[in-house]
Amino acid sequence: MIEREQVLHVAKLARLRLSEAEVEKMAGELSGILEHVDRIGELDLDEVPPTTHVVDLENVLRPDEPRPSWPREDVLAQAPDPADGAFRVPAPRDED
Amino acid sequence: MAELLELSVAEAARRIAAGELSREEYFEAWRGAAEGDELNAYLWRAEDGTAVGDGPLGGIPVAVKDLFCTEGVQTTAGSRILQGHRPLYTATAVRKLGEAGAGILGKTNMDEFAMGSSNENSAYGPVLNPHDRGRVPGGSSGGSAAVVAGGLAPCAIGTDTGGSIRQPASLCGIVGLKPTYGAISRYGMIAFASSLDQCGPLTRDVTDAALLLDAMQGNDPCDSTSVGIAGGVEAPTRTDLEGLRFAVPAELAHDAIEPGVRAVFERTLKRIEELGGEIAEVPLPHAEHGISAYYVLAPAEASSNLARYDGVRYGARAEGGDDVVEMYEETRAAGFGDEVKRRIMLGTYALSSGYYDAYYGRAQQVRTKIAEDFAAAFDRFDFVVTPTSPSVAFGLGEKTDDPLAMYMNDFFTVPMSLAGIPAISIPAGTAEPEGGGPQLPVGFQIAAPAFAEQRLLDAAYALEQAIDG
Repeated sequence: MIEREQVLHVAKLARLRLSEAEVEKMAGELSGILEHVDRIGELDLDEVPPTTHVVDLENVLRPDEPRPSWPREDVLAQAPDPADGAFRVPAPRDED
Repeated sequence: MAELLELSVAEAARRIAAGELSREEYFEAWRGAAEGDELNAYLWRAEDGTAVGDGPLGGIPVAVKDLFCTEGVQTTAGSRILQGHRPLYTATAVRKLGEAGAGILGKTNMDEFAMGSSNENSAYGPVLNPHDRGRVPGGSSGGSAAVVAGGLAPCAIGTDTGGSIRQPASLCGIVGLKPTYGAISRYGMIAFASSLDQCGPLTRDVTDAALLLDAMQGNDPCDSTSVGIAGGVEAPTRTDLEGLRFAVPAELAHDAIEPGVRAVFERTLKRIEELGGEIAEVPLPHAEHGISAYYVLAPAEASSNLARYDGVRYGARAEGGDDVVEMYEETRAAGFGDEVKRRIMLGTYALSSGYYDAYYGRAQQVRTKIAEDFAAAFDRFDFVVTPTSPSVAFGLGEKTDDPLAMYMNDFFTVPMSLAGIPAISIPAGTAEPEGGGPQLPVGFQIAAPAFAEQRLLDAAYALEQAIDG
Protein backbone atom coordinates (compact mmCIF):
# COMPACT_ATOMS: atom_id res chain seq x y z
CA MET A 1 0.00 0.00 0.00
CA ILE A 2 1.41 3.36 -1.04
CA GLU A 3 0.76 6.11 1.48
CA ARG A 4 0.17 9.75 0.76
CA GLU A 5 3.57 10.68 2.25
CA GLN A 6 5.33 8.30 -0.14
CA VAL A 7 3.51 9.80 -3.12
CA LEU A 8 4.64 13.27 -2.08
CA HIS A 9 8.23 12.08 -1.59
CA VAL A 10 8.37 10.38 -4.99
CA ALA A 11 6.73 13.37 -6.69
CA LYS A 12 9.45 15.57 -5.24
CA LEU A 13 12.15 13.23 -6.57
CA ALA A 14 10.46 13.28 -9.99
CA ARG A 15 10.03 17.07 -10.00
CA LEU A 16 6.27 16.72 -10.47
CA ARG A 17 3.79 18.97 -8.75
CA LEU A 18 0.62 17.00 -8.04
CA SER A 19 -2.70 18.50 -7.03
CA GLU A 20 -4.36 17.27 -3.85
CA ALA A 21 -6.77 15.19 -5.94
CA GLU A 22 -3.90 13.72 -7.96
CA VAL A 23 -2.06 12.68 -4.79
CA GLU A 24 -5.07 10.73 -3.54
CA LYS A 25 -5.72 9.11 -6.90
CA MET A 26 -2.05 8.29 -7.45
CA ALA A 27 -1.80 6.55 -4.05
CA GLY A 28 -4.67 4.24 -4.97
CA GLU A 29 -3.54 3.55 -8.53
CA LEU A 30 0.10 2.90 -7.68
CA SER A 31 -0.98 0.59 -4.86
CA GLY A 32 -3.13 -1.42 -7.28
CA ILE A 33 -0.37 -1.73 -9.86
CA LEU A 34 2.29 -2.63 -7.29
CA GLU A 35 0.03 -5.24 -5.74
CA HIS A 36 0.05 -7.01 -9.12
CA VAL A 37 3.79 -6.46 -9.58
CA ASP A 38 4.49 -7.87 -6.09
CA ARG A 39 3.79 -11.35 -7.46
CA ILE A 40 7.33 -11.44 -8.84
CA GLY A 41 8.41 -11.36 -5.19
CA GLU A 42 7.18 -14.96 -4.89
CA LEU A 43 9.45 -16.31 -7.66
CA ASP A 44 12.68 -18.09 -6.79
CA LEU A 45 15.23 -15.88 -8.50
CA ASP A 46 18.35 -16.70 -6.48
CA GLU A 47 21.47 -16.69 -8.64
CA VAL A 48 19.51 -15.46 -11.69
CA PRO A 49 21.58 -12.76 -13.40
CA PRO A 50 19.74 -9.54 -14.25
CA THR A 51 19.15 -8.61 -17.91
CA THR A 52 19.96 -5.00 -18.58
CA HIS A 53 20.20 -5.38 -22.32
CA VAL A 54 19.26 -8.01 -24.89
CA VAL A 55 21.78 -7.33 -27.63
CA ASP A 56 25.08 -9.14 -27.30
CA LEU A 57 27.29 -6.09 -27.54
CA GLU A 58 29.78 -4.40 -25.31
CA ASN A 59 31.81 -1.26 -25.58
CA VAL A 60 30.97 0.01 -29.05
CA LEU A 61 33.74 2.51 -29.61
CA ARG A 62 34.53 5.18 -32.18
CA PRO A 63 37.47 7.51 -32.69
CA ASP A 64 37.22 10.60 -30.49
CA GLU A 65 37.34 13.20 -33.24
CA PRO A 66 35.91 16.71 -32.94
CA ARG A 67 33.13 17.51 -35.40
CA PRO A 68 30.82 20.47 -35.83
CA SER A 69 27.62 20.57 -33.78
CA TRP A 70 24.45 22.51 -34.50
CA PRO A 71 24.68 26.29 -34.76
CA ARG A 72 23.99 27.90 -31.39
CA GLU A 73 21.24 30.14 -32.78
CA ASP A 74 19.33 27.13 -34.20
CA VAL A 75 19.41 25.37 -30.84
CA LEU A 76 18.42 28.49 -28.92
CA ALA A 77 15.52 29.09 -31.30
CA GLN A 78 13.88 26.02 -29.71
CA ALA A 79 14.25 27.32 -26.15
CA PRO A 80 11.32 28.82 -24.23
CA ASP A 81 13.44 31.69 -22.90
CA PRO A 82 16.76 32.27 -24.67
CA ALA A 83 18.83 35.28 -23.62
CA ASP A 84 22.38 36.47 -24.33
CA GLY A 85 23.24 33.30 -26.25
CA ALA A 86 22.15 31.02 -23.39
CA PHE A 87 19.12 29.38 -21.78
CA ARG A 88 17.59 31.70 -19.19
CA VAL A 89 15.90 30.14 -16.13
CA PRO A 90 14.50 31.58 -12.89
CA ALA A 91 17.14 31.93 -10.19
CA PRO A 92 17.54 28.99 -7.82
CA ARG A 93 16.50 29.50 -4.22
CA ASP A 94 19.39 29.62 -1.76
CA GLU A 95 18.38 26.36 -0.03
CA ASP A 96 18.32 24.56 -3.40
CA MET B 1 -8.00 7.25 -58.41
CA ALA B 2 -9.63 4.80 -56.02
CA GLU B 3 -7.89 2.05 -57.94
CA LEU B 4 -4.50 3.65 -57.25
CA LEU B 5 -5.19 3.53 -53.54
CA GLU B 6 -5.91 -0.21 -53.74
CA LEU B 7 -2.40 -1.04 -54.95
CA SER B 8 -0.04 -2.61 -52.46
CA VAL B 9 3.09 -0.60 -51.74
CA ALA B 10 5.19 -3.25 -53.49
CA GLU B 11 3.01 -3.08 -56.63
CA ALA B 12 2.87 0.73 -56.67
CA ALA B 13 6.66 0.91 -56.28
CA ARG B 14 7.07 -1.58 -59.12
CA ARG B 15 4.80 0.43 -61.43
CA ILE B 16 6.52 3.69 -60.53
CA ALA B 17 9.97 2.19 -61.16
CA ALA B 18 8.76 0.78 -64.50
CA GLY B 19 7.43 4.18 -65.55
CA GLU B 20 3.83 2.92 -65.62
CA LEU B 21 2.73 5.21 -62.82
CA SER B 22 3.68 8.80 -62.08
CA ARG B 23 5.13 9.21 -58.60
CA GLU B 24 3.60 12.69 -58.33
CA GLU B 25 0.15 11.39 -59.27
CA TYR B 26 0.43 8.53 -56.80
CA PHE B 27 1.63 10.72 -53.93
CA GLU B 28 -1.04 13.34 -54.70
CA ALA B 29 -3.77 10.66 -54.66
CA TRP B 30 -2.70 9.66 -51.15
CA ARG B 31 -2.38 13.26 -50.02
CA GLY B 32 -5.99 13.71 -51.06
CA ALA B 33 -7.00 10.60 -49.11
CA ALA B 34 -5.14 11.82 -46.03
CA GLU B 35 -7.00 15.14 -46.25
CA GLY B 36 -10.18 13.19 -45.58
CA ASP B 37 -9.07 12.05 -42.11
CA GLU B 38 -12.13 11.84 -39.85
CA LEU B 39 -10.41 9.58 -37.33
CA ASN B 40 -8.14 12.22 -35.69
CA ALA B 41 -5.33 9.99 -36.89
CA TYR B 42 -3.04 12.67 -38.30
CA LEU B 43 -1.42 15.46 -36.28
CA TRP B 44 0.29 16.94 -39.36
CA ARG B 45 -0.09 16.32 -43.10
CA ALA B 46 2.28 16.98 -46.01
CA GLU B 47 1.81 19.97 -48.28
CA ASP B 48 1.25 19.40 -51.97
CA GLY B 49 4.40 19.14 -54.05
CA THR B 50 6.22 17.04 -51.43
CA ALA B 51 9.37 15.68 -53.04
CA VAL B 52 9.77 11.94 -53.42
CA GLY B 53 12.76 10.18 -54.93
CA ASP B 54 14.02 7.04 -56.61
CA GLY B 55 14.76 3.71 -55.00
CA PRO B 56 12.99 0.60 -53.77
CA LEU B 57 10.31 2.85 -52.20
CA GLY B 58 10.47 5.49 -54.93
CA GLY B 59 7.33 7.64 -54.81
CA ILE B 60 5.78 5.87 -51.81
CA PRO B 61 4.05 8.03 -49.16
CA VAL B 62 4.64 6.88 -45.58
CA ALA B 63 2.75 7.96 -42.48
CA VAL B 64 5.16 8.46 -39.58
CA LYS B 65 4.30 8.18 -35.90
CA ASP B 66 4.79 11.53 -34.21
CA LEU B 67 7.46 9.97 -31.99
CA PHE B 68 10.02 10.25 -34.79
CA CYS B 69 11.94 13.51 -35.04
CA THR B 70 11.50 15.15 -38.43
CA GLU B 71 13.67 18.17 -39.17
CA GLY B 72 11.63 21.37 -39.26
CA VAL B 73 8.32 19.47 -38.99
CA GLN B 74 6.34 19.54 -35.75
CA THR B 75 7.09 16.50 -33.56
CA THR B 76 5.02 16.27 -30.38
CA ALA B 77 5.16 12.64 -29.18
CA GLY B 78 1.45 13.19 -28.49
CA SER B 79 2.36 15.49 -25.59
CA ARG B 80 1.48 19.05 -24.66
CA ILE B 81 5.04 19.52 -23.44
CA LEU B 82 6.31 19.27 -27.05
CA GLN B 83 3.50 21.20 -28.72
CA GLY B 84 4.92 23.00 -31.75
CA HIS B 85 8.38 21.46 -31.28
CA ARG B 86 10.39 21.44 -34.52
CA PRO B 87 13.39 19.12 -34.23
CA LEU B 88 16.78 20.06 -35.63
CA TYR B 89 17.30 16.62 -37.11
CA THR B 90 15.50 13.64 -38.65
CA ALA B 91 15.35 10.16 -37.14
CA THR B 92 17.56 7.63 -38.92
CA ALA B 93 14.62 5.32 -39.74
CA VAL B 94 12.78 8.19 -41.46
CA ARG B 95 15.94 9.38 -43.21
CA LYS B 96 16.53 5.88 -44.57
CA LEU B 97 12.95 5.69 -45.88
CA GLY B 98 13.64 8.97 -47.67
CA GLU B 99 16.87 7.58 -49.13
CA ALA B 100 14.84 4.64 -50.46
CA GLY B 101 12.62 7.16 -52.28
CA ALA B 102 9.68 7.44 -49.86
CA GLY B 103 8.12 10.74 -48.75
CA ILE B 104 6.46 11.64 -45.45
CA LEU B 105 2.69 11.79 -45.96
CA GLY B 106 1.96 12.89 -42.41
CA LYS B 107 2.73 12.53 -38.72
CA THR B 108 0.34 10.29 -36.83
CA ASN B 109 -1.40 10.66 -33.49
CA MET B 110 -0.29 8.43 -30.62
CA ASP B 111 -0.49 7.84 -26.90
CA GLU B 112 1.63 10.46 -25.15
CA PHE B 113 5.31 9.38 -25.24
CA ALA B 114 4.08 5.98 -26.52
CA MET B 115 2.54 5.13 -23.14
CA GLY B 116 -0.81 3.50 -23.71
CA SER B 117 -2.76 0.75 -25.43
CA SER B 118 -5.77 2.71 -26.68
CA ASN B 119 -4.55 6.07 -28.01
CA GLU B 120 -6.72 7.76 -25.40
CA ASN B 121 -3.58 9.17 -23.72
CA SER B 122 -2.85 11.60 -26.56
CA ALA B 123 -2.91 15.28 -25.59
CA TYR B 124 -4.53 15.84 -28.98
CA GLY B 125 -7.55 13.60 -28.49
CA PRO B 126 -8.13 9.91 -29.14
CA VAL B 127 -7.88 8.24 -32.55
CA LEU B 128 -11.01 6.40 -33.66
CA ASN B 129 -10.97 2.82 -34.94
CA PRO B 130 -11.89 2.85 -38.66
CA HIS B 131 -13.94 -0.35 -38.23
CA ASP B 132 -16.10 1.18 -35.48
CA ARG B 133 -15.64 4.81 -34.53
CA GLY B 134 -16.96 4.17 -31.04
CA ARG B 135 -13.95 1.97 -30.35
CA VAL B 136 -10.23 2.49 -29.83
CA PRO B 137 -7.64 1.67 -32.51
CA GLY B 138 -5.22 0.33 -29.90
CA GLY B 139 -1.97 1.99 -29.03
CA SER B 140 0.39 3.47 -28.72
CA SER B 141 0.86 3.56 -32.52
CA GLY B 142 -2.92 3.95 -32.93
CA GLY B 143 -2.72 6.72 -35.50
CA SER B 144 -0.32 4.73 -37.68
CA ALA B 145 -2.60 1.67 -37.54
CA ALA B 146 -5.76 3.70 -38.18
CA VAL B 147 -4.41 5.51 -41.25
CA VAL B 148 -3.41 2.24 -42.89
CA ALA B 149 -6.64 0.42 -41.98
CA GLY B 150 -8.77 3.48 -42.79
CA GLY B 151 -7.37 4.05 -46.28
CA LEU B 152 -5.59 7.27 -45.30
CA ALA B 153 -2.05 6.00 -46.03
CA PRO B 154 -0.60 3.04 -47.94
CA CYS B 155 1.82 2.23 -45.11
CA ALA B 156 3.10 3.62 -41.85
CA ILE B 157 5.83 3.26 -39.28
CA GLY B 158 5.45 3.13 -35.53
CA THR B 159 7.31 2.05 -32.43
CA ASP B 160 6.81 -0.91 -30.15
CA THR B 161 8.04 -0.99 -26.55
CA GLY B 162 5.64 -3.60 -25.15
CA GLY B 163 3.21 -4.13 -28.03
CA SER B 164 2.64 -0.65 -29.45
CA ILE B 165 2.88 -1.78 -33.09
CA ARG B 166 1.40 -5.28 -32.81
CA GLN B 167 -1.64 -4.52 -30.63
CA PRO B 168 -3.01 -1.61 -32.74
CA ALA B 169 -2.29 -3.61 -35.90
CA SER B 170 -4.39 -6.41 -34.42
CA LEU B 171 -7.24 -4.13 -33.37
CA CYS B 172 -7.29 -2.39 -36.77
CA GLY B 173 -6.90 -5.53 -38.90
CA ILE B 174 -3.53 -4.86 -40.52
CA VAL B 175 0.03 -6.23 -40.39
CA GLY B 176 2.39 -4.91 -37.69
CA LEU B 177 5.98 -6.01 -37.21
CA LYS B 178 8.21 -5.43 -34.20
CA PRO B 179 11.70 -6.30 -35.38
CA THR B 180 14.49 -7.66 -33.17
CA TYR B 181 15.81 -5.08 -30.74
CA GLY B 182 18.78 -3.60 -32.59
CA ALA B 183 17.49 -4.20 -36.12
CA ILE B 184 16.64 -0.53 -36.73
CA SER B 185 18.38 2.53 -35.32
CA ARG B 186 16.59 4.33 -32.48
CA TYR B 187 18.35 7.63 -33.26
CA GLY B 188 15.77 10.39 -33.40
CA MET B 189 13.02 8.21 -31.93
CA ILE B 190 11.89 10.05 -28.82
CA ALA B 191 12.90 7.72 -25.99
CA PHE B 192 10.37 5.95 -23.75
CA ALA B 193 12.16 2.80 -22.48
CA SER B 194 15.50 2.61 -24.23
CA SER B 195 16.21 -1.09 -23.65
CA LEU B 196 12.86 -2.05 -25.22
CA ASP B 197 11.91 0.62 -27.82
CA GLN B 198 12.03 -0.58 -31.43
CA CYS B 199 10.76 0.90 -34.68
CA GLY B 200 8.77 -1.14 -37.20
CA PRO B 201 6.28 -1.07 -40.09
CA LEU B 202 2.45 -1.13 -40.08
CA THR B 203 1.21 -2.22 -43.49
CA ARG B 204 -1.66 -3.82 -45.37
CA ASP B 205 0.27 -6.99 -46.11
CA VAL B 206 3.39 -8.94 -45.14
CA THR B 207 5.27 -8.14 -48.35
CA ASP B 208 4.97 -4.41 -47.72
CA ALA B 209 6.23 -4.92 -44.15
CA ALA B 210 9.31 -6.68 -45.55
CA LEU B 211 9.91 -3.83 -47.98
CA LEU B 212 9.79 -1.16 -45.26
CA LEU B 213 11.87 -3.21 -42.83
CA ASP B 214 14.58 -3.71 -45.43
CA ALA B 215 14.74 0.02 -46.11
CA MET B 216 14.99 0.96 -42.42
CA GLN B 217 17.23 -1.74 -40.91
CA GLY B 218 20.95 -1.43 -40.51
CA ASN B 219 23.73 -0.24 -38.28
CA ASP B 220 23.84 3.45 -37.47
CA PRO B 221 26.81 5.15 -35.81
CA CYS B 222 24.29 7.37 -33.97
CA ASP B 223 22.81 4.36 -32.10
CA SER B 224 25.46 2.02 -30.75
CA THR B 225 22.84 -0.68 -30.05
CA SER B 226 21.82 -0.86 -33.71
CA VAL B 227 23.38 -3.85 -35.42
CA GLY B 228 21.01 -4.33 -38.37
CA ILE B 229 19.93 -7.59 -39.99
CA ALA B 230 22.82 -9.29 -41.79
CA GLY B 231 21.98 -9.41 -45.50
CA GLY B 232 18.73 -7.46 -45.01
CA VAL B 233 15.39 -9.07 -45.87
CA GLU B 234 13.82 -10.01 -49.19
CA ALA B 235 10.21 -10.09 -50.27
CA PRO B 236 8.71 -13.34 -48.93
CA THR B 237 7.57 -15.96 -51.44
CA ARG B 238 7.02 -19.08 -49.36
CA THR B 239 3.59 -20.69 -49.81
CA ASP B 240 3.76 -23.67 -47.43
CA LEU B 241 4.87 -24.33 -43.87
CA GLU B 242 6.27 -27.83 -44.42
CA GLY B 243 8.85 -28.81 -41.83
CA LEU B 244 8.27 -25.74 -39.64
CA ARG B 245 7.43 -26.18 -35.96
CA PHE B 246 5.09 -23.78 -34.16
CA ALA B 247 4.91 -23.66 -30.36
CA VAL B 248 1.74 -22.67 -28.52
CA PRO B 249 2.44 -21.60 -24.91
CA ALA B 250 0.94 -24.29 -22.66
CA GLU B 251 -0.30 -21.62 -20.23
CA LEU B 252 -2.51 -20.13 -22.97
CA ALA B 253 -5.30 -22.57 -22.08
CA HIS B 254 -5.85 -20.74 -18.77
CA ASP B 255 -5.31 -17.18 -19.95
CA ALA B 256 -8.15 -14.68 -20.10
CA ILE B 257 -8.98 -14.46 -23.81
CA GLU B 258 -12.28 -13.41 -25.38
CA PRO B 259 -14.08 -16.47 -26.82
CA GLY B 260 -14.21 -14.95 -30.31
CA VAL B 261 -10.48 -14.26 -30.26
CA ARG B 262 -9.75 -17.80 -29.06
CA ALA B 263 -11.89 -19.24 -31.88
CA VAL B 264 -9.96 -17.29 -34.53
CA PHE B 265 -6.68 -18.34 -32.92
CA GLU B 266 -7.62 -22.02 -33.01
CA ARG B 267 -8.85 -21.76 -36.60
CA THR B 268 -5.49 -20.23 -37.54
CA LEU B 269 -3.64 -23.13 -35.88
CA LYS B 270 -5.63 -25.49 -38.13
CA ARG B 271 -4.57 -23.50 -41.18
CA ILE B 272 -0.94 -23.84 -40.12
CA GLU B 273 -1.39 -27.61 -40.00
CA GLU B 274 -3.11 -27.58 -43.39
CA LEU B 275 -0.05 -25.80 -44.77
CA GLY B 276 2.20 -28.55 -43.40
CA GLY B 277 3.33 -26.88 -40.17
CA GLU B 278 3.58 -28.83 -36.93
CA ILE B 279 1.99 -27.52 -33.75
CA ALA B 280 2.79 -28.49 -30.18
CA GLU B 281 2.56 -26.97 -26.73
CA VAL B 282 5.61 -25.63 -24.98
CA PRO B 283 5.85 -24.25 -21.44
CA LEU B 284 6.63 -20.55 -21.13
CA PRO B 285 6.19 -20.43 -17.35
CA HIS B 286 7.50 -16.90 -16.81
CA ALA B 287 5.59 -15.18 -19.62
CA GLU B 288 2.69 -14.51 -17.24
CA HIS B 289 5.05 -12.36 -15.16
CA GLY B 290 5.88 -10.28 -18.21
CA ILE B 291 3.39 -7.55 -17.34
CA SER B 292 4.81 -7.23 -13.81
CA ALA B 293 8.41 -7.03 -15.02
CA TYR B 294 7.51 -4.71 -17.89
CA TYR B 295 5.55 -2.27 -15.74
CA VAL B 296 8.60 -1.90 -13.49
CA LEU B 297 11.32 -1.75 -16.14
CA ALA B 298 9.59 0.44 -18.73
CA PRO B 299 8.42 3.11 -16.22
CA ALA B 300 11.85 3.05 -14.55
CA GLU B 301 13.55 3.78 -17.86
CA ALA B 302 10.85 6.31 -18.74
CA SER B 303 11.26 8.21 -15.47
CA SER B 304 14.91 8.66 -16.37
CA ASN B 305 14.34 9.46 -20.06
CA LEU B 306 11.59 11.98 -19.37
CA ALA B 307 13.73 13.91 -16.89
CA ARG B 308 14.90 15.93 -19.90
CA TYR B 309 11.54 17.71 -20.22
CA ASP B 310 12.25 20.53 -17.82
CA GLY B 311 11.22 23.67 -19.71
CA VAL B 312 14.82 24.81 -20.24
CA ARG B 313 16.12 23.84 -23.67
CA TYR B 314 13.03 23.08 -25.77
CA GLY B 315 9.33 22.42 -25.49
CA ALA B 316 6.84 24.29 -23.36
CA ARG B 317 7.56 26.08 -20.08
CA ALA B 318 4.81 26.83 -17.58
CA GLU B 319 4.47 30.33 -16.16
CA GLY B 320 4.53 31.01 -12.48
CA GLY B 321 7.57 29.19 -11.12
CA ASP B 322 9.33 31.58 -8.75
CA ASP B 323 12.57 29.65 -8.70
CA VAL B 324 14.09 27.08 -11.03
CA VAL B 325 12.82 24.00 -9.16
CA GLU B 326 9.29 25.36 -9.04
CA MET B 327 9.57 26.11 -12.75
CA TYR B 328 10.49 22.44 -13.41
CA GLU B 329 7.62 21.20 -11.26
CA GLU B 330 5.03 23.53 -12.79
CA THR B 331 6.23 22.81 -16.34
CA ARG B 332 6.04 19.04 -15.85
CA ALA B 333 2.69 19.25 -14.04
CA ALA B 334 1.17 21.24 -16.91
CA GLY B 335 2.96 19.47 -19.76
CA PHE B 336 2.42 15.78 -18.96
CA GLY B 337 -0.87 13.87 -19.02
CA ASP B 338 -2.16 11.47 -16.36
CA GLU B 339 -0.64 8.24 -17.72
CA VAL B 340 2.78 9.77 -18.22
CA LYS B 341 2.72 11.14 -14.67
CA ARG B 342 1.63 7.74 -13.39
CA ARG B 343 4.53 6.00 -15.11
CA ILE B 344 7.08 8.58 -14.02
CA MET B 345 5.86 8.10 -10.45
CA LEU B 346 5.90 4.30 -10.74
CA GLY B 347 9.39 4.30 -12.23
CA THR B 348 10.78 6.81 -9.76
CA TYR B 349 9.34 4.75 -6.91
CA ALA B 350 10.81 1.49 -8.28
CA LEU B 351 14.25 3.09 -8.57
CA SER B 352 14.14 4.90 -5.24
CA SER B 353 16.29 4.02 -2.28
CA GLY B 354 14.97 0.98 -0.40
CA TYR B 355 12.82 -0.34 -3.26
CA TYR B 356 15.37 -0.78 -6.04
CA ASP B 357 16.24 -4.44 -5.30
CA ALA B 358 12.65 -5.53 -4.67
CA TYR B 359 11.34 -4.03 -7.90
CA TYR B 360 13.92 -3.02 -10.49
CA GLY B 361 16.44 -5.72 -9.61
CA ARG B 362 13.85 -8.50 -9.51
CA ALA B 363 12.18 -7.32 -12.71
CA GLN B 364 15.54 -7.56 -14.49
CA GLN B 365 15.88 -11.14 -13.22
CA VAL B 366 12.37 -12.00 -14.44
CA ARG B 367 13.42 -10.58 -17.80
CA THR B 368 16.27 -13.10 -17.85
CA LYS B 369 13.86 -15.97 -17.06
CA ILE B 370 11.48 -14.91 -19.83
CA ALA B 371 14.32 -14.76 -22.36
CA GLU B 372 15.48 -18.22 -21.17
CA ASP B 373 11.97 -19.63 -21.66
CA PHE B 374 11.95 -18.42 -25.26
CA ALA B 375 15.49 -19.70 -25.86
CA ALA B 376 14.43 -23.14 -24.62
CA ALA B 377 11.35 -23.06 -26.88
CA PHE B 378 13.45 -22.10 -29.89
CA ASP B 379 15.73 -25.09 -29.29
CA ARG B 380 12.86 -27.27 -30.48
CA PHE B 381 10.60 -24.88 -32.41
CA ASP B 382 10.89 -22.32 -35.18
CA PHE B 383 8.17 -20.03 -33.86
CA VAL B 384 6.02 -19.23 -30.83
CA VAL B 385 2.44 -18.21 -31.64
CA THR B 386 -0.27 -16.50 -29.56
CA PRO B 387 -3.24 -14.22 -30.11
CA THR B 388 -1.83 -10.68 -30.41
CA SER B 389 -4.37 -9.19 -28.03
CA PRO B 390 -6.74 -10.88 -25.55
CA SER B 391 -9.67 -8.95 -27.02
CA VAL B 392 -10.94 -7.19 -30.12
CA ALA B 393 -11.07 -3.38 -30.12
CA PHE B 394 -12.79 -2.13 -26.97
CA GLY B 395 -14.98 0.92 -26.53
CA LEU B 396 -13.62 4.45 -26.06
CA GLY B 397 -13.50 5.17 -22.33
CA GLU B 398 -14.07 1.54 -21.37
CA LYS B 399 -10.72 1.01 -19.62
CA THR B 400 -9.52 4.54 -18.90
CA ASP B 401 -10.39 4.37 -15.19
CA ASP B 402 -8.48 1.16 -14.56
CA PRO B 403 -4.75 1.37 -15.43
CA LEU B 404 -4.10 -2.30 -14.66
CA ALA B 405 -6.93 -3.48 -16.94
CA MET B 406 -5.44 -1.31 -19.68
CA TYR B 407 -1.96 -2.79 -19.09
CA MET B 408 -3.39 -6.32 -19.55
CA ASN B 409 -3.87 -5.53 -23.26
CA ASP B 410 -0.13 -6.08 -23.53
CA PHE B 411 -0.23 -9.54 -21.93
CA PHE B 412 0.77 -11.42 -25.10
CA THR B 413 3.10 -8.83 -26.62
CA VAL B 414 5.25 -7.80 -23.64
CA PRO B 415 7.21 -11.09 -23.26
CA MET B 416 8.72 -10.79 -26.76
CA SER B 417 9.72 -7.19 -26.07
CA LEU B 418 11.46 -8.21 -22.85
CA ALA B 419 13.29 -10.98 -24.73
CA GLY B 420 14.17 -8.58 -27.57
CA ILE B 421 12.92 -10.99 -30.24
CA PRO B 422 10.95 -10.17 -33.42
CA ALA B 423 7.19 -10.71 -33.60
CA ILE B 424 4.55 -9.97 -36.20
CA SER B 425 0.78 -9.56 -35.96
CA ILE B 426 -1.21 -10.52 -39.04
CA PRO B 427 -4.99 -10.25 -39.51
CA ALA B 428 -6.42 -13.72 -38.95
CA GLY B 429 -10.16 -13.10 -39.17
CA THR B 430 -12.90 -11.34 -37.29
CA ALA B 431 -14.89 -11.98 -34.14
CA GLU B 432 -17.92 -10.59 -32.41
CA PRO B 433 -16.92 -8.50 -29.38
CA GLU B 434 -17.99 -9.64 -25.92
CA GLY B 435 -21.34 -8.01 -25.33
CA GLY B 436 -22.25 -8.25 -29.01
CA GLY B 437 -21.90 -5.97 -32.02
CA PRO B 438 -20.48 -6.11 -35.54
CA GLN B 439 -17.48 -8.32 -36.27
CA LEU B 440 -14.06 -6.81 -35.51
CA PRO B 441 -10.51 -7.76 -36.58
CA VAL B 442 -8.44 -10.33 -34.67
CA GLY B 443 -4.66 -10.55 -34.95
CA PHE B 444 -2.42 -13.62 -34.81
CA GLN B 445 1.07 -13.15 -33.37
CA ILE B 446 4.12 -15.09 -34.55
CA ALA B 447 7.45 -14.69 -32.74
CA ALA B 448 10.86 -15.90 -33.91
CA PRO B 449 14.42 -15.96 -32.55
CA ALA B 450 16.47 -12.76 -32.65
CA PHE B 451 17.32 -11.63 -36.19
CA ALA B 452 15.26 -14.43 -37.80
CA GLU B 453 13.10 -11.80 -39.54
CA GLN B 454 13.34 -13.48 -42.94
CA ARG B 455 12.05 -16.78 -41.57
CA LEU B 456 9.31 -14.89 -39.70
CA LEU B 457 8.18 -12.94 -42.78
CA ASP B 458 8.25 -16.06 -44.97
CA ALA B 459 5.97 -17.97 -42.58
CA ALA B 460 3.67 -14.98 -42.05
CA TYR B 461 3.38 -14.59 -45.82
CA ALA B 462 2.44 -18.24 -46.38
CA LEU B 463 -0.18 -18.02 -43.66
CA GLU B 464 -1.49 -14.69 -44.98
CA GLN B 465 -2.03 -16.19 -48.44
CA ALA B 466 -3.97 -19.10 -46.92
CA ILE B 467 -6.12 -16.80 -44.77
CA ASP B 468 -6.85 -14.42 -47.64
CA GLY B 469 -7.45 -17.27 -50.09
